[in-house]
Amino acid sequence: MRQFFVFARKEFYHIFRDKRTLLILFGMPVVQIVLFGFAITNEIKNAEIAVLDQSRDYYSNRLVQQLQAGSYFKIDQELQSHQAIEAAFREGRIKMVVVIPPKFGESFFHLHKAQVQLLADAGDPNTATTLINYARAIIGNYQQELNGPQAMPLTINTTVRMQYNPALKSVFLFVPGVMTLILLLVSAMMTSITIAREKELGTMEILLVSPLPPAMIVTGKVVPYIVLSFINALVILGMGVWLFGMPIKGSIVLLLLECALFVLTSLGLGILISTVTDKQQTAMMASMMGLLMPTVLLSGFIFPVESMPLPLRLLSNIMPAKWFIIILKDIMLKGSGLREVWPQSLVLCGMTLLFVTISIRKFKIRLS
Amino acid sequence: METPIVVQDVHKSFGKVKALHDISFTVNEGELFGLIGPDGAGKSTLFRILTTLLLADKGQATVNGLDVVKDYKAIRKIVGYMPGRFSLYQDLTVQENLDFFATIFNTTVAANYELIEEIYVQIAPFKDRPAGKLSGGMKQKLALCCALVHKPVVLFLDEPTTGVDPVSRKEFWEMLQRLRKKGIAILVSTPYMDEAMLCDRVALIQNGRLLEIDTPQHIIEQYNKPMWAVHAKRMYPLIQDLRSFPETESCYAFGEYLHLTLKHGEADLDKLQAYLQPKGHEEFSMHPIQAGIEDCFMELMKSEKV
Amino acid sequence: MHPIVTKELTKKFGAFIATNAITFEVKEGEIFGFLGANGAGKTTAMRMLCGLLKPSSGEAKVAGFDVYTQADKVKQNIGYMSQRFSLYEDLKVKENIRFYGGIYGLSNNTIKEKTKQLLQKLQMEAEADQLVSALPLGWKQKLAFSVAILHDPSIVFLDEPTGGVDPVTRRQFWDLIYEAAGRGVTVFVTTHYMDEAEYCDRISIMVDGRIQALDTPRQLKAQFQADSMDDVFLKLARGK
Repeated sequence: MRQFFVFARKEFYHIFRDKRTLLILFGMPVVQIVLFGFAITNEIKNAEIAVLDQSRDYYSNRLVQQLQAGSYFKIDQELQSHQAIEAAFREGRIKMVVVIPPKFGESFFHLHKAQVQLLADAGDPNTATTLINYARAIIGNYQQELNGPQAMPLTINTTVRMQYNPALKSVFLFVPGVMTLILLLVSAMMTSITIAREKELGTMEILLVSPLPPAMIVTGKVVPYIVLSFINALVILGMGVWLFGMPIKGSIVLLLLECALFVLTSLGLGILISTVTDKQQTAMMASMMGLLMPTVLLSGFIFPVESMPLPLRLLSNIMPAKWFIIILKDIMLKGSGLREVWPQSLVLCGMTLLFVTISIRKFKIRLS
Repeated sequence: METPIVVQDVHKSFGKVKALHDISFTVNEGELFGLIGPDGAGKSTLFRILTTLLLADKGQATVNGLDVVKDYKAIRKIVGYMPGRFSLYQDLTVQENLDFFATIFNTTVAANYELIEEIYVQIAPFKDRPAGKLSGGMKQKLALCCALVHKPVVLFLDEPTTGVDPVSRKEFWEMLQRLRKKGIAILVSTPYMDEAMLCDRVALIQNGRLLEIDTPQHIIEQYNKPMWAVHAKRMYPLIQDLRSFPETESCYAFGEYLHLTLKHGEADLDKLQAYLQPKGHEEFSMHPIQAGIEDCFMELMKSEKV
Repeated sequence: MHPIVTKELTKKFGAFIATNAITFEVKEGEIFGFLGANGAGKTTAMRMLCGLLKPSSGEAKVAGFDVYTQADKVKQNIGYMSQRFSLYEDLKVKENIRFYGGIYGLSNNTIKEKTKQLLQKLQMEAEADQLVSALPLGWKQKLAFSVAILHDPSIVFLDEPTGGVDPVTRRQFWDLIYEAAGRGVTVFVTTHYMDEAEYCDRISIMVDGRIQALDTPRQLKAQFQADSMDDVFLKLARGK
């Protein structure tokens, strides 16, 4: 036991004396979560638009005001003619043009029909669709307001409620994703690199020619990273909750247990990688290419799994990250308990067991 | 007491490359045994087989009576090993390295202090310095300390003096002499021929084959050709002239002299004199000498190639 | 005009003085041995002379060029070979020669011609299409040296060129050095083999950043009343 303690302490020395390791361990999670939380977002805020108001009556004025009222749109310029639209788009600043035809109010009240034309820059289709939807919603509200209390005959009112994430905050999607990514990176990449480093420096040779059982070498190296990864998980959760107002509706204990489980899965992966690599660089590349990229692309972190073609959807099942993201979202946003997330947890348990078994069978008691 | 090291007919290949070919030798109790040969001769491979890190393709080896394949766990408890490159944690201090290695061998620095005391006092002034910031000689002393901390029965030192300056090398060998007196069998490898003289017995190794196993004195005595040390002011023209002399068998530079052997020994001396006379070498001198270990090694290498 | 001239050349790293005001000159076609214990400041001095490291103070001219302001000119006129980095292991012998020839701006015809000569001299024609990694260490080192002087530099710097090489190849290597020196190339060499120190025309021995002795091997032995360079070295390094 004393051997184990000394080994783990040595590992902490390595970590705390290497500024780069420290930076990756603690700097990266914070930077990533802030980046994803604030900068990279699907929400539209203050999109610059132009208005061509050919009617210029009371009602059209109010429509324009309504568009401007929220934090969604900012009117960058008022156009005078149809010819100016093309030029305005070309300038590149504006994303959408709202065209209100002449006699807007008059047509609305007398013909019971008015038209508004929305022109969007579909060079970026996602943004264009979102902008059009926002504008439609605003125009729809305005229409109801004008109609007043008397209901239109035979209308279906759709009330939309975005379940679990009413404000449609993308950060709720990113926090679980980033957390998964960080845990995977820190646990898998750092462990594989640290074991590969011993091989590269030649110290593994001395460790092997000592009475230390190989299992002790591996656990001694891994335990410090379990501790650090767990601290990391807490930091990310804390930032998610206090900085971005992410709820934790389910049990915190269950959440932390699941985090611990995922840390173990990632460590298992890391050890597995390290058994087949001899160099820090190879370990790094293997972690990056083999873990990071597929995780980002296939886990549902950025691209929804449901819209992938079948082969990719099947492939996504072998990503531990996919299951952990589901667990995180269910517990935090839906308030699910173990009764709901047990299948995913079981998958992670199985994967961990598999990784550790293969690693133990592949771990070399000799150099080749 | 078991024989510290017994190696029998060991073969090892890596793909097509034959790293070791039919190696057999024994290291006796309290013996300082040198494995002398250039880089790539197979020294490190042999060390790794004996320290249970590699499996031989063929043949047996025992360390202190324990089989290197079957009893690898037991061997790992009783040997000290210093691999070819510096293999301590560069970011840990001297003291931390020592403590760490003591602990993984289930002992403490204090428990075997008398064994390492002499080396330890030399590195003690730097005990709070990271190992990576030590000079080459100091690093090797620390590594030796770490390999000794659990009082091993057999000590394996793979090229401990490579890249180390002559002063530190000398000190290092003085330490090995004293350790040997304490009854520890030591297998040490080196590419420096001059260090062979400091061993009890040596094995000369080249291209994975042992050329000779004997005491250094014996190896030198067996060299029976007369040899001369030749000197002149301008050495390079002298070398060229001597090499083109038809009766020259070998002519190599050794420090400030050339070592020369002739095909018919002393019988060729007159011819040589007549040959060199017109070349007009300034400050020419020539006297018979006893061959050194390096001469023997080169002679053995030549016969091996033929 | 001496190929290497230094005056009070000094390099400090923080408070640590790696090279402390060294002054010496190397003559044309001379084999100059640069000895010293590990950490005595040899590598630092060598790096400054090769234009890789800016000195803290003092002067140094290599091949007539100032190491402060004309580092690029210095680099064009020197060859450099170290024990660690020499050739690309995953390139063929011929490809390595072509690559280094290309770096120094030799024309294709010159490279072709030189490759032929070089392989012939080293008796390596049969290995021209082999990967360098497949060559024995001694051959690699001989090849590396020949490549380092491919562009006919006036000075060549050799950093422990013979470490770990077998005794026969080591001597063949020195034959190459002698031959180059005979053609007027100035050779600046570090080594840990004291017998090799004797092959040099003059030797300097560095202790703790300073040059403590500089002379021919014979004179040094007389001065320190020693039998061999080994003794000279020990007396100097221990007597501090």
